[in-house]
This record gives sequence, C-alpha cells and structure tokens, in this order.
Amino acid sequence: MANSLFEEKLSSNEFLVTTEIGPPKGADVSEMIHHIDLLKDKVDAINVTDHQSSVMRFPSLGGCLLVKECGGEPILQVTCRDRNRLAIQADLLLAYSRGIRNVLCLTGDSIDVGDHKEAKPVFDLDSVQLLKMVRQMESGKDMGGNELKGAPHFCLGSSVHPEADFIEPQLIKFEKKVAAGAQFFQTQGIFDLASLRRFMQYASQFPVKILAGIIVLASARMARYMNDSVPGIIVTQAIIDELANVEKGKGLQKGIEIAARLIKTIREENLCHGVHIMAVGNEKIVPDILEAAQLVSVHQ
Amino acid sequence: MIVAEQKPVEEIRQVIAPYERVLLLGCGTCVTVCGAGGEHEVSFLHSALQVAQARSGDGIHSFLEYTVKRQCDFEFLDLLTDKVKEVDAILSLGCGIGVQVVAERFSDIPVLPGVNTSFMGMAKEWGVWDERCAACGDCRLADTAGICPITRCTKGILNGPCAGTKNGKCEANKDMDCAWILIYKRLERLQQLEKMRRYYPPRNFRVIPRPRRIVKKADVKVGKDNG
Repeated sequence: MANSLFEEKLSSNEFLVTTEIGPPKGADVSEMIHHIDLLKDKVDAINVTDHQSSVMRFPSLGGCLLVKECGGEPILQVTCRDRNRLAIQADLLLAYSRGIRNVLCLTGDSIDVGDHKEAKPVFDLDSVQLLKMVRQMESGKDMGGNELKGAPHFCLGSSVHPEADFIEPQLIKFEKKVAAGAQFFQTQGIFDLASLRRFMQYASQFPVKILAGIIVLASARMARYMNDSVPGIIVTQAIIDELANVEKGKGLQKGIEIAARLIKTIREENLCHGVHIMAVGNEKIVPDILEAAQLVSVHQ
Repeated sequence: MIVAEQKPVEEIRQVIAPYERVLLLGCGTCVTVCGAGGEHEVSFLHSALQVAQARSGDGIHSFLEYTVKRQCDFEFLDLLTDKVKEVDAILSLGCGIGVQVVAERFSDIPVLPGVNTSFMGMAKEWGVWDERCAACGDCRLADTAGICPITRCTKGILNGPCAGTKNGKCEANKDMDCAWILIYKRLERLQQLEKMRRYYPPRNFRVIPRPRRIVKKADVKVGKDNG
C-alpha cells in the first residue's frame, strides 16, 4: 500500500504538479494558511521549505502540519544544515505521528548565503546519508542501531541539478540518491529545456519520477540576482532578455507566461513526469500559471 | 603547519591593560613561518605597543621580548623561568596550543593570547595561506584523490557536490574552488572515479571525543602522571 496520496500518484502515469510555500518570518501564519487554501486542491502536493536560502523562518514541519490541517498533501523538506542526526530523526518521528508521509531530503544551502551568517553549520549528514537514515528508520532501527517503538514510513524525494555547468559529478550523486532510496526528484530551476531533455535521456533508466523545477521570475533584475546569489540557479540569457524587454510593471506577467510556456512544452513533449513550481514569495500566482499552462482542468 | 593571525594592536592593548610588565613571547615554529608570532613579529609588536602608548599618553607598560624555539613543548620553556619572575603577564604570540602549554608550565602568571589561531594549512603563494586539514581524526584522503572534502567543502559533505556549485566554485564563496569538482577531476585523471560512486556513511564523531589524546605506548613511562 502506498504511504501517501502523493506516492500513489507517483506510481500512476499522471503528469504531476507540486508547488512550494515559503513559511513566514514570524509567528503570523495567516497568509501561509491563505496560500495553502488557495493551492491545496490545484496541485498534487505542497512542499514547505526548510529555512530556504538559509534564512530563518517558521519551520517546514509546522507548515506541513498546517497543510495537513487544511486538507492538503504536504511534502516535508528536511535539510542537514541546522540539525544533527538526533534532531532530524526526532523531527521525522513527530512528522510521521502527525500524518506527514512525504519527505524531501536535501543537504541544505550554505549558512553563508542566509541571514544568520554567524551560526554554526551542522551538516552532520549529507542528503544521501539522510535518505539512507530514513530507510533505516523504516526498518525499525534508529541510526544508533536501537529498536524503534513504531517505525515510520515515508515517500522520499530529493533534488537534482540537470543544468549544472559541470554535470558529471551531479549525476554520480543522483545515482547515489536513487540507490539510497529516493523515489522522486524535484529538480533545481530549469530554464533551458535542452538540458532537461539531455538529463532525461540519461535519467529515464532509473525507476524514479522527475519533476522539473519551474521558478517564476518577476523581472530581469530578479533573474540576474538569482544567477549571482542563489545557489544552483542558471537563468539563460534568452529569458533574461525576454524579461528585460517588457514594459515596466509587466515583468511578473511575463514571468508567468514563461513559466507556463515551459510547463506546457514539458507536458506536451512528455519530457519528464511533472513539474514543481517555485513562485518564491509569490505563491498566490501559482493558479494563474496552472491556468496559463492549461493544467487546471487536470487537477480539479 | 598551524596558521595564525596577529590580533589587532587595540585588542592586545585591552587584554594587557591591567599588567605593568609584560613578556612578549614569540614562537619559532609555525607562527614564525606564517609571519604571525615569530621573533620579527615580537619586535614589531613591541614597537607598535610603545608607539600606541606614547600616543595615548597612558605609558604604564614595560615590555620584555623573547622567542622560544617551540612554545608547545615544556622542554623549550624552562629557559623562561627567570624572565617570568620579572613580569606580571605573558602575551604569547604562539598558537592556541602554545598559550596553553605556557600557562600550564607557569601556573602563577596570566598568559594571554596575542594571535588568533586560524587553521592548519599551507602557503599557497607568498603571503597567502590556505587551510588543508581539519584534524578530523579519520583521514579519508585515499578515497578523495588527496583532496579533503571535510576541510575544503564548506559543508564538509562526503558523497559528492551539492547543487550550489557554479563555474567550479563554491556557493559560499565565489573565489573558493568547489572541493568536489576538484576531487572529481583528479579522480577522473587517476582513473579512480569508482571511488566517488561509492557510498560513504556519516562521519563517526566519536573518533574525536574532545579533548583528544594520543598515547604512543612504547614511549610512556610507567606510572607517570599525564594530568
């Protein structure tokens, strides 16, 4: 039996759509709840980010509980940056006990890119080791080899970077993640479909589902900033030019159009198994993207 | 070798403020090589402190200079016994080990640090030192083509690069090479890429319970108290 609704969909041939919500910096979750309500029935699952870009926020676990309470399907993001193996295992036990069944296992961005640059980076584990650890917990033993009273079971995912400028070591890591138990991958933001095509020619030999990461850009400035400062993002010059050439105030609209176009092509050409939409602080426009990509009817 | 940087003169002036007679104690080993606390730096610091106190008008200190061959070894500190009697504090320009060994040897006098001990590394070029070893106690360089991911990857991860690497550089610092790209290239050149495909389990931090001690059994005198 599938661990989750999302896992069930992973084993179908459906074109999958996930998105993500960045929790607030603060205890006021009203806007996040609004976003959850807006998106929960339009996508297959909602990631809640774990201090994305190393910026301290309301936790992924708390956000996932809210997604659950609102009737959505959450994907818990777990990074290795802030917690050692004890803390991560404990969080996973809590998550499982409260009905969270999907986990995205990540190494986590460097402390240096965030807003608490003087904090101690933990990285007791890396993403591959984290995946293995969860699979070990599922066998009924914690990482110290001690018996668990009640083993958790999760649907596990991770990330992969098809547009990395030096791809071979990334592919080696991808294969290690598959071997460690990843069932699905949400890629880093894709801007050049040729690299996705190349990646899928290679990745389709593995029994995993690949969701192409779609980042919604609001301006050429944002695109350049991301190229400079956000780990793992490479926006093509063609897209930057496209954004730069619109009238003032129309950037986001153009960004939505670009995102929708990418999604539509991916789906029509059957390039991969789905998309993961990252609206980076603009969650409310995700329905517009789905509509522009003509995905609404599929997911309602 | 151990690489250190001298503390700013102002900070040094603050820590020595309560003491009238101060021994500026250099070390002839690592900190001499990296130009942080050898004989030359002791003499330079002496002048700098005198100038600073002349300028500020609070000229209460008198300084003694001395540089031992190695501060991290009791046997080289015996030479200091008489000098220590003439001062109220010792400012050590040795590394953090030197400061502590001097403090352990001379229990009745304050010993203050004059440098920040930074890392273990090498001189990359004249005036540039790069960290190379984290003294993790569990060396894996055989698997990583002689390039240490624990030291040179900002995350110290063991199973390959994160997705933040761009142009062969690290997401934390665009001037810093991504250790895993270097490892990949060198393993490829050595035709040992299978080493990168292997899974490496999480680090065993128990191999380094702090503080660490190594006892080379053949050399230990029976019954000697090691503290």
